[in-house]
Amino acid sequence: MSKQYEFKASILPYLLVLPQMVIVFVFFFWPAGQAVLQSFYLQDPFGGKMIFVGFQNYSKLLADPDYWQSFSVSTAFAVCITLGAMAISLFLAIQANKKIRFASFYKTMLIWPYAVSTLVAGVIWLFMFNPNVGVIAYVLKHTFHVDWQYLLNFNQAFLLLTLAATWKQLAYNFVFFLAGLQSVPATLIEAAEIDGAKSGTRFWKIIFPLLSPTTFYLLVMNLVYGFFETFPIVHSITQGAPGKSTAILVYKVWRDGVINLDLGSSAAQSVILMLLVIMLTVFQFRFIERRVTY
Amino acid sequence: MFPHIMLWIGIVIILFPIYFIFSASSHTSAEIQAAPMPLNIGPHLIENYRQALFKGTQNMGTPVLTMLKNSLIMALGISVGKIVISLMAAFAIVFFKFPLRNFCFWSIFITLMLPVEVRIMPTYKVVADLGLLNTYAGLILPMIVSATAVFLFRQFFMSIPREIAEASQIDGATPMQFFRYILAPMTRTPIAAMFVIQFIYGWNQYLWPLLITTKPEFYTLLIGINRMMSGADVQIEWQIAMATTLLAMLPPVIVVVLMQKQFIAGMTETEK
Repeated sequence: MSKQYEFKASILPYLLVLPQMVIVFVFFFWPAGQAVLQSFYLQDPFGGKMIFVGFQNYSKLLADPDYWQSFSVSTAFAVCITLGAMAISLFLAIQANKKIRFASFYKTMLIWPYAVSTLVAGVIWLFMFNPNVGVIAYVLKHTFHVDWQYLLNFNQAFLLLTLAATWKQLAYNFVFFLAGLQSVPATLIEAAEIDGAKSGTRFWKIIFPLLSPTTFYLLVMNLVYGFFETFPIVHSITQGAPGKSTAILVYKVWRDGVINLDLGSSAAQSVILMLLVIMLTVFQFRFIERRVTY
Repeated sequence: MFPHIMLWIGIVIILFPIYFIFSASSHTSAEIQAAPMPLNIGPHLIENYRQALFKGTQNMGTPVLTMLKNSLIMALGISVGKIVISLMAAFAIVFFKFPLRNFCFWSIFITLMLPVEVRIMPTYKVVADLGLLNTYAGLILPMIVSATAVFLFRQFFMSIPREIAEASQIDGATPMQFFRYILAPMTRTPIAAMFVIQFIYGWNQYLWPLLITTKPEFYTLLIGINRMMSGADVQIEWQIAMATTLLAMLPPVIVVVLMQKQFIAGMTETEK
């Protein structure tokens, strides 16, 4: 970096970063600091009397089986979405990357759902599987004689949430896998073909290793999505039901803070989640930086 | 033949659910409640969309047009605001040497992937303290924190040969002239890409508006959908809710389809 030409100015760079820094401090560091502070206090929701309780919010949280239940269901949820969405998207991207007719039509058809919001995905699947009016629910009940009551049955609720969240994530992964596949040099694959490698071998020995940066990136992004960005799906489909069994971590933060007004606990949960995301970010960032310089 | 069949299966998986809601938006409430609803396109299409656009449902009287306006303001505010402040910050970080550069860099980058979901309550408190509940500023500002755009522009700026900056300086241009007349035009493609991504990101925000908009005149479309669907099953006017859902999908889908090329470039460049 030192040999690179750089402008010399004393105030201008500060003026340039100022807006971004103000936003970051007011809407990230300040709230994050408040969350850390609040997580050491007990506050009654109506008066605002604050009592310092040290790590009590954290220890209570970590001793709470509900929290660990929420943690494990979030993990299972994120892993299922990640595996499902990545496998299906990779498969479709491989098909769309072949030299076939209408390839660009197929690509457009599989890319546009990126624009569908997580909430809309939730609402669509809720509508299809609603036990009273849903068409699929009707077929399940009357053709397959399934006792479809996802608000009373954890497995059904989990399955429905996973389907909706996976469906929503397909286009995102498809875009990245397709770009990754297009950057694999065709000459490499032709060479392997001439050497007699079968299509399975070509995929696992050449394409898949070359795709590993994309796969790694998507792995992190899908886990982040599954863990933290699926609130709208849970909020629209199950609202944590049956019981609290599908209340994933971000849903629990929201409910404990907004509905139950347990601000100390909600703050402690926020702090834990932020640490989790920051760890993932740093991890990802180190990886990316390494790839940029080499 | 195999790839065609598989791709069609993929497309059907994607489109089938959307056909369902389109069909639902063309029937009456009674037809949907008397499950199973008919799967054709019924005769009430225009009437349902007219009600959605201009009246809303009975339990939530905000028309789609109002919410469309709010969603548009939020999405444009987030995308344009983020692009402007990110361009400036990335320009400073890449092209200037100043003592606090590393500090600024890391303060910004720590927010790279931080979804609003995890900092929701503390941010709510700050925004409430600033008196920004039920305002467009309150909807927009906390959403332009994350560093994705700074990151993309930084990557792009670092790929530009520094000799260009040096040459402009030798020719007597100020850094801001360099930014305005050389750098900004060169960055047109990444800016377009970022616009698509941030527009969709902004349009699809849900938890944040859910929290800070309590007045119906500030509801965004997604909040409206949520309000239409809350209440007992019998009261839900599914046909209007589904029409609203389809309308809420349209603008971001149009943006993605029209700007597909820039969008893909932007998505995959961020990764590099």
